[in-house]
Amino acid sequence: SKTRNNIVSGIDSIFSGFSSIDDDFYEEIEEILVMGDLGINATTAIIEDLKKKVKENRIKEPKECKALLIKSIKEQMDIGEAAYEFENRQSVVLVIGVNGVGKTTSVGKLAGKLKDQGKKVVLAAADTFRAAAGEQLTEWANRAGVDIIGGQEGADPAAVVYDAVAAAKSRKADVLLCDTAGRLHNKKNLMQELGKIDRVLEREYPEAYRETLVVLDGTTGQNALAQARQFQEVTDITGIILTKLDGTAKGGIAVAIQAELGIPVKYIGVGETIDDLQKFNADDFVNALFDVKQEDE
Amino acid sequence: MAFESLSEKLQNVFKNLRSKGRLTEDDVKAALKEVKMALLEADVSFKVVKEFIKAVQDRAVGQDVMSSLTPGQMVIKIVNEEMVRLMGSETTEIKLKPSNEITVIMMAGLQGAGKTTTIAKIAGKLKSKGRKPLLAACDIYRPAAIQQLQINGQKQGVEVFAMGTSHKPVNIVKAAVEHAGKNGFNVVIIDTAGRLHIDEDMMNELIEIKENVNVDQTILVVDAMTGQDAVNVAGMFNDKVGIDGVVLTKLDGDTRGGAALSIRAVTGKPILYIGMGEKLSDLEQFYPDRMASRILGMGDILTLIEKA
Ligand SMILES: Nc1nc2c(ncn2[C@@H]2O[C@H](COP(=O)(O)OP(=O)(O)OP(=O)(O)O)[C@@H](O)[C@H]2O)c(=O)[nH]1
Ligand SMILES: Nc1nc2c(ncn2[C@@H]2O[C@H](COP(=O)(O)OP(=O)(O)OP(=O)(O)O)[C@@H](O)[C@H]2O)c(=O)[nH]1
Ligand SMILES: [Mg+2]
Ligand SMILES: [Mg+2]
Repeated sequence: SKTRNNIVSGIDSIFSGFSSIDDDFYEEIEEILVMGDLGINATTAIIEDLKKKVKENRIKEPKECKALLIKSIKEQMDIGEAAYEFENRQSVVLVIGVNGVGKTTSVGKLAGKLKDQGKKVVLAAADTFRAAAGEQLTEWANRAGVDIIGGQEGADPAAVVYDAVAAAKSRKADVLLCDTAGRLHNKKNLMQELGKIDRVLEREYPEAYRETLVVLDGTTGQNALAQARQFQEVTDITGIILTKLDGTAKGGIAVAIQAELGIPVKYIGVGETIDDLQKFNADDFVNALFDVKQEDE
Repeated sequence: MAFESLSEKLQNVFKNLRSKGRLTEDDVKAALKEVKMALLEADVSFKVVKEFIKAVQDRAVGQDVMSSLTPGQMVIKIVNEEMVRLMGSETTEIKLKPSNEITVIMMAGLQGAGKTTTIAKIAGKLKSKGRKPLLAACDIYRPAAIQQLQINGQKQGVEVFAMGTSHKPVNIVKAAVEHAGKNGFNVVIIDTAGRLHIDEDMMNELIEIKENVNVDQTILVVDAMTGQDAVNVAGMFNDKVGIDGVVLTKLDGDTRGGAALSIRAVTGKPILYIGMGEKLSDLEQFYPDRMASRILGMGDILTLIEKA
């Protein structure tokens, strides 16, 4: 199976290029973090924290400093197996996010993954807005070999979810996965529509374990923070699916989101086939974050 | 929002220097630090920011602060001018051949950027100008990509040329252009699959189309929310395939859209249109000066300077 193509050990070259911990050294780290899309705030906080630790522990070697830095970001991003509890329960997963980030594809991949574990999966095609969204999810349902409940273009998505819950109950599904239409977080009416879907799940399927995953495009910059924040206001987000990490983007905004909102990344998307969804691995992620030099030169 | 205060911050930096005659290096440095932060928060590429700041610095140091402007306003004025210069100072349209010839337009970009939607939007625009566009369905990979284009084409009353998913895109394009010639279409717009700039096979597919068909305009579609990677993406599409212009999508969101500046800086190619929504009428002209204000987070830039 595929891994992120940019997981190489470029970290050492960055830290061994310096013989002492000075302003230039910190500036270099700052540059790496900003270029990884962490944003100025998270980057500044990380550097400040690093400086403090370096002082406290009387660290003199850039190499030790590196270990510290990597360790602290890894610890921050680390999640336990408990994060995947929904896979073992009767559950409903609501998948949300802005336009084109990879929601439908991720639902398809997740369905394939769960099906492979022997789970009975039902998909709800609650994007009744975008052209051929239903057809797209139907193709994924076929690939994964799972059931799908859909609605006509223009139908009320909350009604589709209502029907899907009924189907999931009567077919004794283990997991119900709900695909939703892409919506920008600054569109009030579309966010209200999402709130309605959320309430239908709350009311009609209280016995199911709730998981709400916001899909973020790993190529997205600082706006992803606003996305996570706004979606969080409408529904309780339990995790992030960070997609398109098979490109050269680092997806560093996830670090800022974890720091500010406490939402963990649970899965990453690394391609367009059904197998290209992986559980999040903090080590690989942080390593890739610091591997900037190779592409640069 | 943090940015609304950039102009305030700049005013603060200069608070104590209100009536200085010339801008010193230290004054300018302090002010440009704030500008740098604002640009990075707007997702302008780190390298582009560095170059930009240097250019502004070189221009600003030693400038006479005009009697009508405070030092803060003076810096804003120079920042704004440099920004607009970088963004291109005029609006541009897609170049079309005379209507008795066929113009071939190829749309390309990363996955989910908004290509298929933008094609339908552009087709509608061209149709209303009296052109006769044909849409060529060359995304043979994404599930239901062809149906998506067909549904959108139908909404716009524009014909879609499709050959299913078992032909090579280059052959579909050839057949589409032939079909266009025989049936009186004078624009062919090619919908290609989303692809990563580092995916060699997929990039070669675009190159192959250009080698075999006379593509007049290759347009890169970019999500306005793109972060630091925008330079890599735009740079590689331009170097490998060659692009003639850019469409920025999803600007109806609240992103500052710094990618626009990065893409301009790295490709030098004009931004033609901006996507302002999911409806097929949501395509607008691109105005470099408005984009500059948006990136800086100062909708009031011009009034700020003009008021002085
Ligand atoms: N390279 C790559 N492409 C991906 C990944 N995930 C999704 N895609 C592609 O991104 C594009 C958009 O994916 P969709 O699943 O349709 O995204 P969406 O969020 O459902 O889009 P809307 O419903 O239109 O808002 C498609 O071309 C997918 O194949 C990924 O991890 N890597
Ligand atoms: N809000 C908003 N959404 C847009 C805009 N342009 C496109 N979209 C949405 O973005 C999503 C992706 O658009 P597509 O046209 O399918 O993108 P694509 O580049 O063809 O995607 P692939 O073919 O999978 O690579 C869809 O949900 C569109 O409705 C825009 O300007 N604003
Ligand atoms: Mg979708
Ligand atoms: Mg498409």
